[in-house]
Amino acid sequence: MSQMETRGETQNLTLVQAVRDGLRDEMREDERVLVMGEDVGKNGGVFRATEGLYDEFGGDRVIDTPLAESGIVGTAIGMAAYGMRPVAEMQFMGFIYPAFDQIVSHAARLRTRSRGRFTCPMVVRAPYGGGIRAPEHHSESTEAFFTHHPGLKVVIPSTPYDTKGLLISAIRDPDPVIFLEPKLIYRAFREAVPDEPYEVPIGEATVRREGEDVSVFTYGAMTRPTLEAAERLEDEVSVEVVDLRTVSPLDEGTILESFEKTGRAAVVHEAPKTGGLAGEITATIQEEALLYQEAPVKRITGFDTPFPLYALEDYYLPEATRIVEGIREVAEF
Amino acid sequence: MSVLQRDSGEQIQVLSENGQVTDESQLPDLTEDELVEMYRYMKLARHFDQRAVSLQRQGRMGTYPPLSGQEGAQIASAFALDDEDWLFPSYREHGASLVRGLSLKRTLLYWMGHEAGNAIPEEANIFTVSVPIATQVCHATGAAWASKLQGGDKAFICHFGDGATSEGDFHEGLNFAGVFDTPNVFFCNNNQWAISVPRERQTASETLAQKAEAYGFEGVQVDGMDPLAVYEVTKRAVEKAKDPGEGELRPTLIEAVQYRFGAHTTADDPSVYREEEEVEQWKAKDPIPRMETFLLENGYLDTEGVEAIEESVKEEVAEAIDEAESVTRPEPEEIFKHVYEGMPERLREQAAEFEALRETYGDDAFLEGH
Ligand SMILES: Cc1ncc(C[n+]2csc(CCOP(=O)(O)OP(=O)(O)O)c2C)c(N)n1
Ligand SMILES: [Mg+2]
Repeated sequence: MSQMETRGETQNLTLVQAVRDGLRDEMREDERVLVMGEDVGKNGGVFRATEGLYDEFGGDRVIDTPLAESGIVGTAIGMAAYGMRPVAEMQFMGFIYPAFDQIVSHAARLRTRSRGRFTCPMVVRAPYGGGIRAPEHHSESTEAFFTHHPGLKVVIPSTPYDTKGLLISAIRDPDPVIFLEPKLIYRAFREAVPDEPYEVPIGEATVRREGEDVSVFTYGAMTRPTLEAAERLEDEVSVEVVDLRTVSPLDEGTILESFEKTGRAAVVHEAPKTGGLAGEITATIQEEALLYQEAPVKRITGFDTPFPLYALEDYYLPEATRIVEGIREVAEF
Repeated sequence: MSVLQRDSGEQIQVLSENGQVTDESQLPDLTEDELVEMYRYMKLARHFDQRAVSLQRQGRMGTYPPLSGQEGAQIASAFALDDEDWLFPSYREHGASLVRGLSLKRTLLYWMGHEAGNAIPEEANIFTVSVPIATQVCHATGAAWASKLQGGDKAFICHFGDGATSEGDFHEGLNFAGVFDTPNVFFCNNNQWAISVPRERQTASETLAQKAEAYGFEGVQVDGMDPLAVYEVTKRAVEKAKDPGEGELRPTLIEAVQYRFGAHTTADDPSVYREEEEVEQWKAKDPIPRMETFLLENGYLDTEGVEAIEESVKEEVAEAIDEAESVTRPEPEEIFKHVYEGMPERLREQAAEFEALRETYGDDAFLEGH
């Protein structure tokens, strides 16, 4: 975490606590900020991401809504256009779809349609991803639906420090941000997180591990197994791990800089292969850095199948073994 | 006047909380054996529920949504269907599904994360479990509509919760049902809570039943912890779906007023958002002792009979658990099956690539870590 700035006091927080910390700080700083969703109030969210906020800010700013995602996001758009800074929670990414129309038809293009008169400074937060032994629809990664759509920013943090900083940037952003939280690592580890509000800029990737032979691009919950794979390969291949952090707009500069150094790349995500981010990154490399390329870009991803019930999820999710094998293939080409 | 034509705010009850008949005129036409069978199903569902929760606590099963308190509504509404009718369940309908022919073993496998738990036997007229709230309402309307177009004579019941009435799909499904006059029974299990959100937060309407009015058909509120009232109301709604009277529409919305005694799921802690006192108040309405009193006092069952039922449901559940737990982890190829009728080449390649890796590294390499 080379870029970490620690100002003043810090606390050791998990990723989900960092979400709460970011929300709380922005609610204290800016009274236009409010949180709305299912069970975000007294219950503090099903993952406790809004714990304590209801007690501190009350029911007008930490709002339990009726069970209706389209209603939540649709009214949040109206609120955002009318001067508020809503942060809408979707309980799981798998339940965002009733709101899909509102997100893509309105949040994403209110600015365009009104030629800048109306804007939508709104955040839609949702836990995403597999690995927690959850029932159907609780494990998907469908970020590509949103990265495909112009007018949205899509952020996926992988550490507590970045989570707080990126969330604050997202809330302050003048445009709608889809903020996807890797629930597999909500409580996996702690990190020093400053008490003060701070921003981690949207649109900037970061190099988590420097290397010379192969660049591996990843984000969210897959960052950890990718780093583990890089470590396992230490004596064999020098692996550079780039954590994208923002998956739309992509940080082309950092991607290309790393690739031009190594000439070899793999992309790791748990979302299905077809139409996933890995394809976009691969194409970008082809377009911009073909002459540096020494091997085909390897996509290490979820399968092109519905996410299975949990007895089979370990097979579905890329983990260190699959990632090691993929990187090796690229290195040995 | 039909029981369905009462004011939607008037809650229909047949058995009082003490198991006394309060309305003779609505006493359902059930034989002694059927009444006892209904009671046994309720006991079975309750015992299953308790064991399932403890399996989850012991790490033998994943997240599980308990149904205790809701047996009266589930069992009696399923009981009121004819064999050929269809059930479109939510995720909490293990009791109703059991009555309709889904084995306990299969329900256990589903919550244990096995794809086999999703395979509903051909002979059971039960649609898949629908986890995204209220989505199944439209499916039930569509299936009922198709059946009507095909000249069928079946009813389609759909279960969902109080929270579900806030989703667009609920309203769209009911609206279509009214417009196309489909043979549906929309059965709302109003258990007062949608996780931590109380019923009053879902709608400013006085009742959920009254929402039917907006779609042009009948809505009726029933004491959902009174199995006899639930049976009677559902039976009438099923009959009307198949054979409506002059000027009547086929669909009905039933709001079964009840309470979930336990947590929303095993991942939920209700003490954060509701008072124990409230739970205790509703426990006084428990459908099981209520039915038991009715059966005992009418001489349909004696205490020995009750004990025998208790023993037999224990055995039945224990057996189902043994069977479910003896099923080995499914093979990864299950992930790739049933995505399409045939397997596209691209998918076949992905499956083969993974299988090769698994052969090289062994199963453990993939099963650790997460
Ligand atoms: C579309 C959608 N949004 C959110 C969820 C998460 N969720 C699961 S159950 C539930 C509450 C449902 O309440 P209710 O309809 O009253 O049914 P109950 O669980 O009480 O039986 C929520 C919000 C979901 N499954 N689907
Ligand atoms: Mg409910």
